[in-house]
Amino acid sequence: MTALSALIRRDIRIALRVGGGALIGVLFFLTVVVLMPFAVGPDLALLSRLGPAILWLGALLASLLTLDRLFMADHEDGSLDLITMSRTPLELACAAKALAHWLAAGLPLIVATPVLGLLLNLDMVATAAVALTLLAGTPALTFTGMIGAALAVTLHRGGLLMAVLVLPLSIPVLIFGVAASQAVIVGPMNFGAPFSILCALSLVSLVIGPFAAAASLRHGLD
Amino acid sequence: MSLIDLANPTRFLALSARLLPWLAGATIILLAIGLYQSALAPDDYQQGATVKIMFIHVPNAWLSMFVWGVMSIASLGTLVWRHPLADVAAKAAAPIGASFTFLALLTGSLWGRPMWGTYWEWDARLTSVLILFLMYLGLMALWRAVDDPSRAARAAAVLTLVGAINLPIIKFSVDWWNTLHQPASVMRMGGSTLDKSFLIPLLVMAIAFTLLFVTLHLAAMRNEILRRRVRSLQMMQASRVAFSSELSTGSREENASKGAA
Repeated sequence: MTALSALIRRDIRIALRVGGGALIGVLFFLTVVVLMPFAVGPDLALLSRLGPAILWLGALLASLLTLDRLFMADHEDGSLDLITMSRTPLELACAAKALAHWLAAGLPLIVATPVLGLLLNLDMVATAAVALTLLAGTPALTFTGMIGAALAVTLHRGGLLMAVLVLPLSIPVLIFGVAASQAVIVGPMNFGAPFSILCALSLVSLVIGPFAAAASLRHGLD
Repeated sequence: MSLIDLANPTRFLALSARLLPWLAGATIILLAIGLYQSALAPDDYQQGATVKIMFIHVPNAWLSMFVWGVMSIASLGTLVWRHPLADVAAKAAAPIGASFTFLALLTGSLWGRPMWGTYWEWDARLTSVLILFLMYLGLMALWRAVDDPSRAARAAAVLTLVGAINLPIIKFSVDWWNTLHQPASVMRMGGSTLDKSFLIPLLVMAIAFTLLFVTLHLAAMRNEILRRRVRSLQMMQASRVAFSSELSTGSREENASKGAA
């Protein structure tokens, strides 16, 4: 337990200090959202209708881009080998790393959401809804994306290939995240059904992600 | 002969060489019968002759999912039993599965043009098949991205199994997202709603396409094994050439620095 909490604390510290990329994710999120009005035009009504979708896409891309390095830095300095050889089960260590990554890179996105909601002309309720769905859904993005990160480090490849592999897996999260936010904003569906499914997806990926990532690390590292 | 005996590639090559002509023959005969029966099948009272696209479209769509199943079993073979042919099977199946998926999409959109008035509709089934196609392409890209086959095999196996768990979830979510396609009509509770004059040719075509897949898959596996042999022979040749030139010039350091450069 202490090993896991030490791992989490270490990862968060590395992510937040100089050289860590966690806060760049927020900056990227902001930039993507700012780009959107240039693409669709400065129509506030349209922007508020597209708002949840834009915020979700931005969060998806931001978490994908920061995930790329989840195992890569540890592999380069050799600490990944120590983690694989330690007595802590690799599955738990992977889960701890993903949790740390979510705390350092995912939570700031959710904190930034109200400001971005303001830019997209979302009202208070809508912004709260998007932030809540992001809170429930981004763990799923992190934990499925971790599989891609583990594949990336075993193949010494990253970037586009990983994005191509991981993005289709995140479609369900996107669907239910946007659906739950839209249910609050325009109705007529209730918020509960898609939101519960979104939580279920997060829980499922919490189980699958660490196992798949650990399997890929165990088989792929030499 | 059990599955373990086939671990020897030479034995597999010998067996598949004996099986392939029979499989190919059976495929051709069944395809001919199926196509003939499909041509004779009556026109639909609503859809007219376009209903006959179904006889190609539905087997392709079934196989697009079936092939992923085959690849998942092969991936288990790679990760759990370390069967040497499992990664060959998985690698050979991916392009074939992608082709079936693409044909299902293509025939579907050709059918959609007269029926729905558009080639592409963001309907749930079409969309989930498109995502399946994207995942096939991603998997093929993964195979191509790494030159060491066993390393690529293990990564692809993990991804295939994750896909096998995720594909039903994706299918369910996309269904939830939007649905316009007709509900499943051949396999469902309370028997098939399809008339016999359509059902029999469809089943014949389904069996013929499955045989087609088995034939193509065996042939592709043979090619993959032979390709790997050629590659290892080339590597041996290259190392022999390098070694002999090293001996003839006599100065090892000079050659080593040349090799490094």
